[in-house]
Amino acid sequence: MSLRSPLGRVLGLGSAKDGTAHWWAQRVSAVALIPLTLWFFWSLLLLPTLDYATVQTWLSVPLSAFLAVLLVAVTAYHSYLGTNVVVEDYVHAHAAKLFLMLLLRFLYVLCGGAGIFAILRIALLPSP
Amino acid sequence: MTSRTRPLSPHLGIYRWQIGNTLSILHRITGLALGLGLLALTFWLVSLAGGEESYRTAARCFASPVGLVCLFGWTFSFLYHLFNGIRHLCWDVGLGFERTQRHASGWLAVLAAVCATLAAWVLLWQGGRL
Repeated sequence: MSLRSPLGRVLGLGSAKDGTAHWWAQRVSAVALIPLTLWFFWSLLLLPTLDYATVQTWLSVPLSAFLAVLLVAVTAYHSYLGTNVVVEDYVHAHAAKLFLMLLLRFLYVLCGGAGIFAILRIALLPSP
Repeated sequence: MTSRTRPLSPHLGIYRWQIGNTLSILHRITGLALGLGLLALTFWLVSLAGGEESYRTAARCFASPVGLVCLFGWTFSFLYHLFNGIRHLCWDVGLGFERTQRHASGWLAVLAAVCATLAAWVLLWQGGRL
């Protein structure tokens, strides 16, 4: 027997059955970002210069390109999850909330996609 | 129905400002800043893929006064979010909940972030890369 009211059921209120999924994804991506971001930070600090030739050569190495792709992808995902929570917490008007959350989703896919495409372009094609 | 003033639960303003909530808010602010940092990272990568000319234009943007202030802010944001994030992950597995531990780890995260930010910029500056 359900204790939920018929009105509540029609309106789709109650548990969404995936309450922990968002929280868990945030932690898992956070753990993955510890080595990835440290690698990126260190690599940039240790490059002798930050001019075009040096950075281009560094990012053309398959391992660098591979890790950079992972970095961009996981960062975009983690940041998307985080900013989504911020919108949920502070934006209460339903339309504005929905609009912002969709906008963020598009922006993050755009940003992540552009970053990954750029890295692949650098790693796989000769420099223009 | 007459409207009466009803008792309300305490508003946020009634709570004393302390290290716990300050660092929590700072975690969120640095997280948002890093979201903008991802935009900058994408801009940098795309301009690098575009060749030497576009990379030089992007590098000039980052080397401008506003660019340098942003890069410094992103360095601190990244390091603080990293250290405080590790602190959060420790809590998630049930470690460090005692009052003294919470305070100590909080100050440690701030101190480590400030020191690491300064160290990174000294390293960049000494290498003549600024």
